[in-house]
Amino acid sequence: MAKHIVATVDEIPPGERKVVEVGGRSIGVFNIKGEFYALRNICPHQGGPLCEGRLTGFVMADKPGGEYRYERRGEILRCPWHGWEYDVTTGQSWVDPASVRTRSYDVEIATAEDLPSTYQPGPYTAETFEVSVDQEYVIVELPG
Amino acid sequence: MTAQFGSTASVESGPVTKDQTNGHGANSPVSSVQQAPRYRAPLDTAIIDTDIHIYFPTQDALRSYLDESWQDYHRTFGQRGFDGSHYPRAMPNAARHDAWPDDGTPPGSNLPLLQKQLLDEWNIEVGVLNPLVGAGEQRNLAFGAAFARATNEWQVAEWLDPEPRLRASIIVPWEDGELSAAEIDRWGSHPGFVHALLIARTKEPLGRRKYWPMYEAACRHDIPIAIHFGGAAGVPITGSGYPNHYIEDHGGMPQTFQAQVISLIFEGVLQQFPTLKFVLIEGGFAWIPPMLWRMDSAWRKLGSEVPHVTEPPSQLFRRHFWVSTQPMEEPFKPDQFRQLLGQLDLDDRLLFATDYPHWDFDAPDRAFPVPLDKERRRKFMAENARALYKL
Amino acid sequence: MPDPTRIDCDIHNEIPNLETLYPYLPDHWLDYCRESAFNGPDAADYPESVPTTAREGSSAKPDLAEVQNCAMQDVEIGILNCAYRVQSVRNEDLAASLATAVNQWQVEHWLEKEPRLRASIVVPSHNPALAAKEIERWGDHPGFVQVILPVRAEAPYGNRRYDPIYSAAVKRGLAIGIHYGGAPGHPPTPTGWPSYFIEDYAGMAQIFQSQVISLVCEGAFERFPALRVALIEGGFTWLPSLMWRIDKEWKGLRHNTPYVRRPPSEYMRAHLRLTIQPLDAPPNPLHLAQILDQCGAEDLLLYASDYPHCHDDQDILLDLLTADQREKICSANARAFYRL
Repeated sequence: MAKHIVATVDEIPPGERKVVEVGGRSIGVFNIKGEFYALRNICPHQGGPLCEGRLTGFVMADKPGGEYRYERRGEILRCPWHGWEYDVTTGQSWVDPASVRTRSYDVEIATAEDLPSTYQPGPYTAETFEVSVDQEYVIVELPG
Repeated sequence: MTAQFGSTASVESGPVTKDQTNGHGANSPVSSVQQAPRYRAPLDTAIIDTDIHIYFPTQDALRSYLDESWQDYHRTFGQRGFDGSHYPRAMPNAARHDAWPDDGTPPGSNLPLLQKQLLDEWNIEVGVLNPLVGAGEQRNLAFGAAFARATNEWQVAEWLDPEPRLRASIIVPWEDGELSAAEIDRWGSHPGFVHALLIARTKEPLGRRKYWPMYEAACRHDIPIAIHFGGAAGVPITGSGYPNHYIEDHGGMPQTFQAQVISLIFEGVLQQFPTLKFVLIEGGFAWIPPMLWRMDSAWRKLGSEVPHVTEPPSQLFRRHFWVSTQPMEEPFKPDQFRQLLGQLDLDDRLLFATDYPHWDFDAPDRAFPVPLDKERRRKFMAENARALYKL
Repeated sequence: MPDPTRIDCDIHNEIPNLETLYPYLPDHWLDYCRESAFNGPDAADYPESVPTTAREGSSAKPDLAEVQNCAMQDVEIGILNCAYRVQSVRNEDLAASLATAVNQWQVEHWLEKEPRLRASIVVPSHNPALAAKEIERWGDHPGFVQVILPVRAEAPYGNRRYDPIYSAAVKRGLAIGIHYGGAPGHPPTPTGWPSYFIEDYAGMAQIFQSQVISLVCEGAFERFPALRVALIEGGFTWLPSLMWRIDKEWKGLRHNTPYVRRPPSEYMRAHLRLTIQPLDAPPNPLHLAQILDQCGAEDLLLYASDYPHCHDDQDILLDLLTADQREKICSANARAFYRL
């Protein structure tokens, strides 16, 4: 497991996202109502930049002419190419949840004091990030 | 007979049982459409993209290519086509969300972005521009002709001249055969134009004689006629009236292509113009084998009505038609895609296309759902288009 | 091996002429028909003398005796499809009265005389409320198993305007049969009027495809989970390509029709059945076997002779089947679908 600092918490307010390059991979980090989720920025369908898609809700209806239920507004990511829908919180696609799943990564929040020295800082740190003790960081954990 | 068809997974007959699927996540239906991890092809061949869309960045930009009187006309009356067939697209401008230029102009209107996102990103050797700007769908045919000419001049000045990897389409006011022939004559010898472009939903089936002067001009210059997805011609978009949804408009396009192929073959266009070539763009291609089987069967029984059709329709199709690949049908199992290629028997006719910047973009490395041998990849990705367009 | 006893899902019983219906018309419409220029529906979707209309030795409008002699060998049950196009009569009240007359004629001249026959209710489907009344009139008669609709209509059949028809059919356990033809007034293609009959004929398959897209994507099977639809005389080899295309569309555009909750091909498999004639078969039997396998055809196809219409020999299909598959396609599928 390798942990990467990718952003400060207030850099990604609720409803916003940041696409980062970590360990050679493009990953989108989303703040959904205060919880953070990170997804690989590749749609498993045709390789589109998934994390640049629209955050939308999930519409369902029992029958035509019935009520359209609009659920989980802001939690569904629609691929910018072909419109496939993914649950940001699980990386799961709706159209075929049994077999299409984008790679999701564990996200945790750590304070500066919590950062162990063995953490591998992400590229954000490598570039301009300044560690400050009163700030919260978003850390993405990558397998391997 | 030794061929047998195997029993497929058992399918419930009778009505579907209602399930509790009314939400997302854990309650989602587990689909029978098993999507194996998407196959990724090596990009080890040249790539020629036969379907790229460009747009005027603004209406002023369009007007700057029109004569002064038509500038006034356009400012006053705008573009007037065949209305009443509006299916709001699921995506603004039917475009990939990531294809919008930073300045807010429409996707496909900005050459540097198109170079970056398409030509450079995928190392496209040659790209064919198919501007869908509406010139052919104007009810005022004289304005349509001026609009077509302006579009062609714009393609030369702003796309062909600065970017040698691009080729253009001759835009024509297709509902008038003579005006269209004049526009083809105007550009037919320009090396940057590779075909004349029509839309799939014309006012009449394209085999009808009103369109023939355009075909005669195409033969004069030995350029193909391309027929592209889309259009609204003032008649219902199915043979049974207007459906309700964009998915029916978009997903129903193969039915329009079938009607056009049936018309072009049975109305005798290919006998009248034996050197004419057609390119079907953005219709997919899985519908072609069953359509040809039905046409051959109909011709065997009813051919006396069309004595000018002197050989089986499938033979005429395979000689006169080329087909772009996008949007590629996605069979349930990879083997079925290979079966489709076998039934199709068009290895020298399939032309790879991305449809950039539209939302149903096919990526060069993931468009084909199965691995193809190198020879087929070479042909589909570039060599068939190179031969057709003499690139 | 002897053939299994077959259920023939497409035998035609056509109205010889308008006078045939006179005994069944109410006084007003009887006199109207006699005194006006009306000669019956003017649909030109199946000209009587074209080569596909009747096979050698058959008539374009066979009577009961001809059907019994020529179409009922090895047939346990035959399903009649009367293609009288009342829907092309713009006067909806006249159309409704004609439909009632046609159905009464079917009962008296066919069902009551031949117990092996079943029939399809002709309805003025351009006025769904009147059509529903016609279904209610005959729905409890055991001889009627289906409501017949021409594939060409004013609006695609997934449209909610047709709900009264589906509601009445489902309530009485009747199937819907969508059949070749129709004359709704607008062109038979999405791109205007073709010149020749052969174009209408070859192009009819694309209208069936449009109807399948509409029924699935406009949610007819979600509104009526018990709705069963037979596609009659429209071919079937196009089904796999349509399933692939519409499933792909749905993955990206599902939110456009949120009541379509499963991949479209699942609705097609569950609710649709297709008659086998015309086969429109490929010249290579291997390709036909692939098509059958790709769509799971053994559960979807219904045997049909399409008598008296003239088509290619069906043995190219039947020879590909195992005994079990043959039994399903020749009778078991129809028995389950039509509740025979």
